[in-house]
Amino acid sequence: MTTQDDAAEVATIQRVLSYARNIAIVGLSSNPLRASFFVGFYLLRHGYRVFPVNPRESEVLGQRCYGSLADVPEPIDVVDVFRQGDAVPGIAREASAVGARALWLQYGVVSPEGVAVARDAALDVVEDRCIKIEHARYFGRMHWLGFNTGVVGARRAKALP
Amino acid sequence: MPEQHEFGFHTRAIHAGARPEPVTGARAIPIFQTTSYVFEDADAAAAYFNLQEYGNTYSRIMNPTVAAFEERIANLEGGVGSVAFASGLAAQTAALFTMLQPGDHMLASSALYGGTLTQLKHLMRKLSVGLTFVDPDDVDGWKRALTPATKVLFGETIGNPAGNVLDIEALAELAHAHGAPLMVDNTFATPYLCRPIEWGADIVVHSATKFIGGHGTSIGGVVVDSGEFDWSNGRYQVVADPSPAYHGLSFHETFGIYGYLMKLRAETLRDLGAALSPFNAFLFMQGLETLPLRMARHVENARRVAEFLAGHPAVSSVRFAEQATSPHRELARKYLPNGAGAVFCFDLVGGRAAGKTFIEALTLFSHLANVGDAKSLVIHPASTTHRQLDDAELAAAGIGPGTIRLSVGIEDAVDLIWDLRQALGALR
Repeated sequence: MTTQDDAAEVATIQRVLSYARNIAIVGLSSNPLRASFFVGFYLLRHGYRVFPVNPRESEVLGQRCYGSLADVPEPIDVVDVFRQGDAVPGIAREASAVGARALWLQYGVVSPEGVAVARDAALDVVEDRCIKIEHARYFGRMHWLGFNTGVVGARRAKALP
Repeated sequence: MPEQHEFGFHTRAIHAGARPEPVTGARAIPIFQTTSYVFEDADAAAAYFNLQEYGNTYSRIMNPTVAAFEERIANLEGGVGSVAFASGLAAQTAALFTMLQPGDHMLASSALYGGTLTQLKHLMRKLSVGLTFVDPDDVDGWKRALTPATKVLFGETIGNPAGNVLDIEALAELAHAHGAPLMVDNTFATPYLCRPIEWGADIVVHSATKFIGGHGTSIGGVVVDSGEFDWSNGRYQVVADPSPAYHGLSFHETFGIYGYLMKLRAETLRDLGAALSPFNAFLFMQGLETLPLRMARHVENARRVAEFLAGHPAVSSVRFAEQATSPHRELARKYLPNGAGAVFCFDLVGGRAAGKTFIEALTLFSHLANVGDAKSLVIHPASTTHRQLDDAELAAAGIGPGTIRLSVGIEDAVDLIWDLRQALGALR
């Protein structure tokens, strides 16, 4: 964590994970070997409500799947994206329309335009990060497997659910 | 929330990986001396074994004390994580085993630790992996030795025992142009003196037995990953393809920058079984807390000892990379600005017989097969650590019949020089 940008990013990540309750995962796959499935599984295990958004699936991880964000019948706090970058601007507009507070783009999901759309709509934005790893880094057990969390301090770790 | 801040090396050497234990608040890292862990419920057990949740299952694969050590060394090296092993040789075996398969080829420096040279020669033949040793100082030689099957380049930051300094940046560039990772053994430098990942290395291995532990108490090793190498470049099916040992899981695709380390732990460590003990991990954590202080003192003493030896008539040459006459001086200035380590060789005018007399006359240096202890150590490589090598291999490793290797400790430098002077006096 070396720059002001990094500091702002860390603060954003921690804030988003703290207010998140309902998380829509756009592009969540029912294939248990895909990264999105690992993420959905992990978030459910840690007490978040997960709303899969994927027109090609009917149910993933025991959760009903929706064709679009607008179809989700409950308020969404965070929209987590596993799609190609060119789909992101549209997703960002939908996220804003449904009143989401944050747009989270997983590893390799790159879209400067989508990020700009979300920022203009005053959403918190996290880019090119995995929501599971960031949860595990700050509030979970990532340190149990020898990963470098970058977290240094002399206070007991705080755990989210 | 306080403003984010970048912590320095000394602070991270003490704190990284070891926030106070959340349940008891124990300030020192507890030694979790347990083989196994009670699962919360059957779902949790399944999630751990499926790698869907970060969980403890069995201490052959992970242990919280070992993990704290792994995180600390990964933090100090600037990697995304690490996996610890029962020894340095186990660590490098596992690092290679995870990325190579039969039919592959590797390039290695010819001036490596003797145990490593022997290991590579015999192990790679048994695994049907081609192996070419190259002069570590000749970057063009590395380039000429590349083949379409070459999957990794391997050298030591500071060669054991000849003290060659590896041109890490040039070799990383060469390796990456070939679509291969550069793996560096950073044992002699430690992350205090050099961080190979900052110069482009992809994998860093250590014998933690040496300066990391620092007190000659424990055997162990560790593999650190930069997280930067693209294992999905089409050349590493063994890392990137669906794993038959994990229900078809593709480690690199699923775990991204952590994929190689996950495979190293969940498959290689699981299957080869060379796990580090929690007690040894605890001692390595203790060692790392004082690593910067010890290394600063090690290199200061090494400089004074090298200077003394260079001026002594019974000594024909001193091979310390900081010396004006060293062919590695420029590389040392670049990669090791805070000191070229504390292990180096010198040659006695009197050859093999003088070596024996000299070692037996020393009273403060310990004659043994180790380096990187707080205590000063001495050995005669041709008859011990590099004994399995023939004369040509010895010469390639930079070892003559009268070569003496010192590991300069952190005693008073005047006492070390006193001991060396009196032992050299015995040669007259």
